[in-house]
Amino acid sequence: MTSSLTELSIAAASEALRARKFSARELTQAHVDAIAALDSQLNAFITQTPELALAGADQADAALSRGDAGKLAGIPLGIKDLFCTTGVRTTAASRILGHFVPPYESTVTANLLRDGAVFLGKTNLDEFAMGSSNESSAFGPVTNPWSPPGKALVPGGSSGGSAAAVSAGLAMGATGTDTGGSIRQPASLCGIAGMKPTYGRCSRYGVVAFASSLDHPGPFGRSVADCATLLGSMAGFDPKDSTSADRAVPDFAAACARGVKGLRIGVPREYRQDGMAQEIDALWEQGLAWLRDAGATVVDVSLPHTKYGLAAYYIVAPAEASSNLARYDGVRFGLRGQTNGDLDDLYELTRAEGFGEEVQRRILIGTYVLSAGYYDAYYTRAQKVRALILRDFTEAFGQVDALLTPTTPNAAFAQGEKVDDPVTMYLNDVFTVPADLAGIPAMSVPAGLDGAGLPLGLQVMGRPFDEETVFAVGAAIEKSAGFTARPRLRAGV
Amino acid sequence: MSYTVAGAEGEWEIVCGLEVHAQVTSQAKLFSGASTEFGAEPNSQVSFVDAGFPGMLPVINAECVAQAVRTGLGLDAQINLVSKFDRKNYFYADLPQGYQISQLYHPIVGAGHVEIEVEGETRRIGVTRLHLEQDAGKSLHDQDPSRSFIDLNRSGVALMEIVSEPDIRSPEEAGAYLRKLRSILRYLGTCDGNMEEGSMRADVNVSVRKHGEPFRTRCEVKNVNSIRYVMHAVEVEARRQVDVWESGGEVRQETRLYDNVRGETRSMRSKENAHDYRYFPDPDLLPLVLEEAWVAELKTHLPELPDAKRARFVSQYGLSPYDAAVLVAEQATAVFFESVAHGRDAKAAANWVMGDLFGALNRTGRTIEDSPVSAAALGEMLDLMADNTINGRIAKDVFEAMVETGDMPGAIVEARGLRQVTDTGAIDAAIEAVIAANGDKVEQYRGGKEKLFGFFVGQVMKAMAGKGNPALVNEALKTRLAA
Repeated sequence: MTSSLTELSIAAASEALRARKFSARELTQAHVDAIAALDSQLNAFITQTPELALAGADQADAALSRGDAGKLAGIPLGIKDLFCTTGVRTTAASRILGHFVPPYESTVTANLLRDGAVFLGKTNLDEFAMGSSNESSAFGPVTNPWSPPGKALVPGGSSGGSAAAVSAGLAMGATGTDTGGSIRQPASLCGIAGMKPTYGRCSRYGVVAFASSLDHPGPFGRSVADCATLLGSMAGFDPKDSTSADRAVPDFAAACARGVKGLRIGVPREYRQDGMAQEIDALWEQGLAWLRDAGATVVDVSLPHTKYGLAAYYIVAPAEASSNLARYDGVRFGLRGQTNGDLDDLYELTRAEGFGEEVQRRILIGTYVLSAGYYDAYYTRAQKVRALILRDFTEAFGQVDALLTPTTPNAAFAQGEKVDDPVTMYLNDVFTVPADLAGIPAMSVPAGLDGAGLPLGLQVMGRPFDEETVFAVGAAIEKSAGFTARPRLRAGV
Repeated sequence: MSYTVAGAEGEWEIVCGLEVHAQVTSQAKLFSGASTEFGAEPNSQVSFVDAGFPGMLPVINAECVAQAVRTGLGLDAQINLVSKFDRKNYFYADLPQGYQISQLYHPIVGAGHVEIEVEGETRRIGVTRLHLEQDAGKSLHDQDPSRSFIDLNRSGVALMEIVSEPDIRSPEEAGAYLRKLRSILRYLGTCDGNMEEGSMRADVNVSVRKHGEPFRTRCEVKNVNSIRYVMHAVEVEARRQVDVWESGGEVRQETRLYDNVRGETRSMRSKENAHDYRYFPDPDLLPLVLEEAWVAELKTHLPELPDAKRARFVSQYGLSPYDAAVLVAEQATAVFFESVAHGRDAKAAANWVMGDLFGALNRTGRTIEDSPVSAAALGEMLDLMADNTINGRIAKDVFEAMVETGDMPGAIVEARGLRQVTDTGAIDAAIEAVIAANGDKVEQYRGGKEKLFGFFVGQVMKAMAGKGNPALVNEALKTRLAA
């Protein structure tokens, strides 16, 4: 019983809960047990909240009995530890937040709670969401559930804990944030689905900021439909976020069943990289063939400024981060360095002790590119590149309805493999960064395994606020791929 | 006649521009719902946004935007329908976010102007721009020997930074500009202009040059908090710069502090040590886009501003430009005056307001808003004079009684029996008594010393306890003395 409860889709679990085949408490307990059994190996959670989860489950059971349960009643989720949660420690995986317990709830998690979701705890991530391997967390790295015996692979990052937890059956779904690929890349590396919606679709209120113009909250699920259901709950206009879009939230879950007949799918030629693993290229071709078979037309398109995307990203994101992270100064909350010196000593000590190496590196880069005399050469140029990348997409979407590419240039790699070479690490985001710079919706769908038995994802990108087409294409690939492989480390095994 | 600073090498001209930080009158802060009320307990008006907590986001307060636009309209300035917010980054303990949200590149208000009058000459001082920005909190270094305290009540309060062109040429012009600007802001209700509470402060940019020269290097004197200090800062900083140039030195561009105790400015930091603020567009905020119709709607509801009101007072009431200027400087005074003048002798109303009323307010330390004499009361008193119930001399006494008691003049006149005497029998009797007692003077008067007429008037009025109708007394006296 327990193992099957951690294998269910959200739709199936919701149906069973409503039919009272099992209780929300049983469902949550199964996940609490799975976390207790497996998380010492995975380290997917920074903070576990089993009591809160079970109390939430009891409330869901009561609501189910009354017949006024929300659409996510009793569904146990993991919450990336970048979302502020009232009364529950929120760390951003950084020492600098110390024992910070927010007295407020992020809009996205408040929306999920409104719909009856149950939170199992706060999932691990790269510190302040800066990283592609979840190795920069102050709470230790996360192990990819697909790791072969005796070898620890990374789950990707920054939302590595969320992806690992959903993949291993420790949670039915999870929240993530995607700034340069932090939902799609770990989804791909962990063999699950992850959706980065259009910028403005999900409120950033209460999400610890990394790079404000690039931060996109979004969901993880084991299926495209689960992502769609979660996004439907998370999304919506929020007057507390000035960049939130005042638009109605469509029925994303319904869009998954639309099919792709008659859709035009673009293949951006610039995503064909030298040295990319042959099996990734082959999977891409396979994905296009599936879509053709399902009635779509495949068209070659060009996104000529793609090659500048990563460089522009590594200017804009650190620039905003250097400013966003200035508030961690030891004065009002979080870690405070102990010093008898002056205010500058307090800042220096607090931030030297509180921030890890990668965060310090990005603050330094960001401070540099914004400084007098360099601003135009770096920041202004990067913003121009960003505008050109958006124009590339706008022109492409004049010809096609969606784009299909690989999500990542490689499958999961070993812990420690790239940690000493930041630039190689940054290259992991080469396919995901453009959609963040343009703010367009994009998702990763598990599509196959490489020769080593590790999952690979395909990325679908769509027009701004047309998540529905992205879900439709993602669901079509999912259906054709018939991806049923499960990781070695998983609940109930 | 232009103002100059005398140096050993001749006359130097002052070039001055002011950056005025005016706190926007609003219930809530620029980007949060926290209250802006002055004088609350430290850290009692702080939202999580103001304290820079993780994940908190700014949301613009529409009323602050409206106030900035009203101010722009009041300065006859260009309103920018699209403006943008930037972050000014620096570390300080009372700056919770580590940056101030401001508008460097695209301010909400562009070029406008303020007209000032100094020594009867009208000059137009250009306003370069007005932008919205957040205030920081307050550091308290004098509360504890080893610690500094931080009060974040001001953190996030909306300020308008109003930047003038370097058009100011003397301390007097600097003072006139500030007074005029403050008057406009108060009329508009966009800033209370209260410099003691810090709701208006000025950064003073000063340079000096010889006649006809291009601008020389300027220094910025930061955070001067009274009009008198601003005028003094311009004067002493200009003097200092003249001395530097004339002693063969060079004025360095720097930020200076004004010390009102020593009456001098001191170097704070030089350009080389200036902060690099790393300005960039605030990614948490979209461009601020205003609709033309909304701006037009605000414009139709603007009050009459000082310059227009002054012109109207001159034409409508026949006041001198000087008197009109005095009466319009404060909106409350202008309202008071108009209420008194309505349907009455406007010049008399102006004289009473500017003379006896201002004197009484000064003496009692009160303002026009809490004047012990209401406009209605003063009006009634003018009516009593007009219908000859009291004469001008008695009016002075009645007015003093009004200041003292707050009673209406009619009641005072009745209670104290101050009604003027128009009974010619009583006047004649008083005249006879005065003539009988001053036979020698009567003779001198009739012998041609006509100046003595005033003496007789005084004596008669004295005999009548001041209540005689002056015109009747004059007439009867003339007739009697001529007889």
